[in-house]
Amino acid sequence: MTPLDFLLWVAFPYFAAATFVVGHILRYRFDQFGWTSRSSQTYENRLLRWGSPMFHYGMIMVIGGHVVGLFIPKPWLEFFGVTEHIYHLGATWMGSVAAVLTIAGLVILIIRRRLVTRVHLATTVMDKVMYIFLGGTILFGTIATVLHQVLGAGYDYRGSISPWIRSLWGLQPDPSLMSDVPFFFQLHVLTATALFLLWPFTRLVHVFSAPIGYIWRPYVIYRSRDTHKGSGARPVQRGWEKAELPNVRVSPRADEPARPSRSRTNIRR
Amino acid sequence: MRVMAQMSMIMNLDKCIGCHTCSVTCKQVWTNRTGVEYAWFNNVETKPGVGYPRQYEDQEKWKGGWVRTKRGRLKLRAGGRLSKLLHIFDNPDLPVIDDYYEPWTYDYDMLTTAPAGTQSPVARPKSLLTGKNMDIKWSGNWDDNLGGSQETAADDPILATMSEHVKMEFENTFMFYLPRICEHCLNPACVAACPSGAMYKREEDGIVLVDEDGCRGWRMCVSACPYKKVYFNHKTGKAEKCTLCYPLIEQGKPTICSETCVGRLRYLGLMLYDADAVLAAASIENDQDLLDAQRGVFLDPFDPEVIAAAKAEGMEDDWILAAQNSPIYKLIAEYKIALPLHPEYRTMPMVWYIPPLSPVVDVVSTTQADSEDARTLFAAIDRLRIPVEYLAGLFSAGDVRPVEASLKKLAAMRSYMRDINLGKPADERIARAVGMTGTTMEAMYRLLAIAKYEDRYVIPKAHVETARELDELACSLETDGGPGMGGPGQNAGPFGQEPGMPLAGTVSNYNEMTGKGGEKTKPTTPGRVNLLNWTGGNVPPGMFPPKQSPGAPA
Repeated sequence: MTPLDFLLWVAFPYFAAATFVVGHILRYRFDQFGWTSRSSQTYENRLLRWGSPMFHYGMIMVIGGHVVGLFIPKPWLEFFGVTEHIYHLGATWMGSVAAVLTIAGLVILIIRRRLVTRVHLATTVMDKVMYIFLGGTILFGTIATVLHQVLGAGYDYRGSISPWIRSLWGLQPDPSLMSDVPFFFQLHVLTATALFLLWPFTRLVHVFSAPIGYIWRPYVIYRSRDTHKGSGARPVQRGWEKAELPNVRVSPRADEPARPSRSRTNIRR
Repeated sequence: MRVMAQMSMIMNLDKCIGCHTCSVTCKQVWTNRTGVEYAWFNNVETKPGVGYPRQYEDQEKWKGGWVRTKRGRLKLRAGGRLSKLLHIFDNPDLPVIDDYYEPWTYDYDMLTTAPAGTQSPVARPKSLLTGKNMDIKWSGNWDDNLGGSQETAADDPILATMSEHVKMEFENTFMFYLPRICEHCLNPACVAACPSGAMYKREEDGIVLVDEDGCRGWRMCVSACPYKKVYFNHKTGKAEKCTLCYPLIEQGKPTICSETCVGRLRYLGLMLYDADAVLAAASIENDQDLLDAQRGVFLDPFDPEVIAAAKAEGMEDDWILAAQNSPIYKLIAEYKIALPLHPEYRTMPMVWYIPPLSPVVDVVSTTQADSEDARTLFAAIDRLRIPVEYLAGLFSAGDVRPVEASLKKLAAMRSYMRDINLGKPADERIARAVGMTGTTMEAMYRLLAIAKYEDRYVIPKAHVETARELDELACSLETDGGPGMGGPGQNAGPFGQEPGMPLAGTVSNYNEMTGKGGEKTKPTTPGRVNLLNWTGGNVPPGMFPPKQSPGAPA
């Protein structure tokens, strides 16, 4: 294990994971107002109508495929009769469909973002950085798949990358598993890790507010003005309490109840 | 029975002169920010006309509101819950900004800073979305006073449902103004469509609000509202809507649009209703029965049973008293002259309208007949099918009877009060002809014509815990572009705009304070400084006239 291996396959992923978790917690805690998909549909809809569903549905398939490939150990699937051959065929074919959908959608969205002036002007620096890493991850993943799975003999990443990821999750990191992985797979993993690092600081946070609960909730919601979590009722944040005397008896008269003073003029000694 | 209170509004359309003061003051208070330049929580439309956004009343196109299924259940017109989630990546029914209008400004400083030349300086329109020169081809009120209506009025969705004969006669018939705000519906489609559950109806006063912190920008509310009164802030990526000026209402004060209304045509007050009966009423089979169904949901605030139930729900005495004194209750339930806007959308809207008699009166006056005579007016209401049918398309799902009844009461009041004003004995027959008495007619006249401030606005204060009242209210929305309006405003950098996080505002503030703000202190014409934008950080070139050379004359 070289220091570079350690850096790339242990330190960097853990750093990214920590940033991912802490970043999301902090953002959720302090930036509810900034937590949105920041849709640009009101600017332009003809291209978005095609690009956005293609990209998003493609992406959901891609994520599903990655969960199966990376987190379900090979013997488990084989127990259910999914041999390496069947898995390889399934992953390559379904993966290709998902990739075509995702890439076509993303290309439409990026072209739209650049060519439609309204959308271009509403694009933030962070959006652009995110696009680079998101696009890079998808690009390298596709190149790796085409080179090794479609044109090549087929690379069994479930023998190297998958155990490596599970070793990270198990807090027993084994960077040696990644040393001999083909270059484009390595690149794909690295850009993806960088994307996770950036995730909480981009609009990608909207992934975690997918409104699944809408299926079950009642249509009309009533809220009381006194319990709503809007601006006025928000409790005072820690460290920002107003300067007040501690809640002790300051009145010389025993029959008067003690109460905290609200302003300087109320203080009686 | 679950008694709830609804803060409601009624507008007396006969008094609207279309001055747009309500729209402008509302805009100044609520939507003078980047991201909602195109949004008018209050707008005034000329009717007949296509409205704002264009043709919003055409629900075949926009799929707003509810529909009744064959099995008698209510369903959002755009589709059920699953369908909403499946369309979340691209809402097929969402109006784009051009359906409202592309917001613009003018480069005003050219008027004062253009170099001397042979032509007068011109302030050109610049798009607020792209910053480029633009041709203004549409706006929120393009067909004001029927301007250009020969071209556009045929697109009015209500005229389209009326007969061919109506369309041909349209040009020499009538017009009136329709001010619109959020309807704060009893059965709000926007709330039902919000996937995040960020929209809600307030238990205390029924005001429909968006929780800006909870909104994730899925845009379903915008398309679900059949009145198109929820707007998407394209800068913050959150939905915004009319709040019925709840900070004012909570203090017992009228909304900005009501307070500043020149014609004093708006009424505010409580309406008690049975929340358990709303769904059944909104699901009634026939569209034209919805008006009566909604009237049936309202509760009589003088009924001891209702009062007991309201108290059991925790309603305070002053609120029950306010419901009894409510002008809304009088106009909807006692005089029955107010009607809801488009009850057929099945949202149970709570901003109602007194239909305008003026189109009828105008026609009668042009015939030299006595436009204050009850019988002449009654006959005219019966004969002038076009305005009445059009009003029925707006206020009663096409049923002309409620509109006729309402107009005849207004006509009778006009005629009855003329006798009194001329010192003649009051003619009780006029009142009886429309099912009223002379006393109620005079009371209605006082409410409609005299319309004292305290009669128009009967608004009980919200019951606030003392502790909260005394707390300094911190607003989480005071970010850049947020509705809290504490943000530093637009800060477009060379790489586009900053995201809606507080940090972005701080950086741009920092740059401005250190004099790196650059761009914004420069007018579009060099050589002069716009003092309105000067932050005081440095002395930009051109702030003072150039030093005169020693030899020059003083």
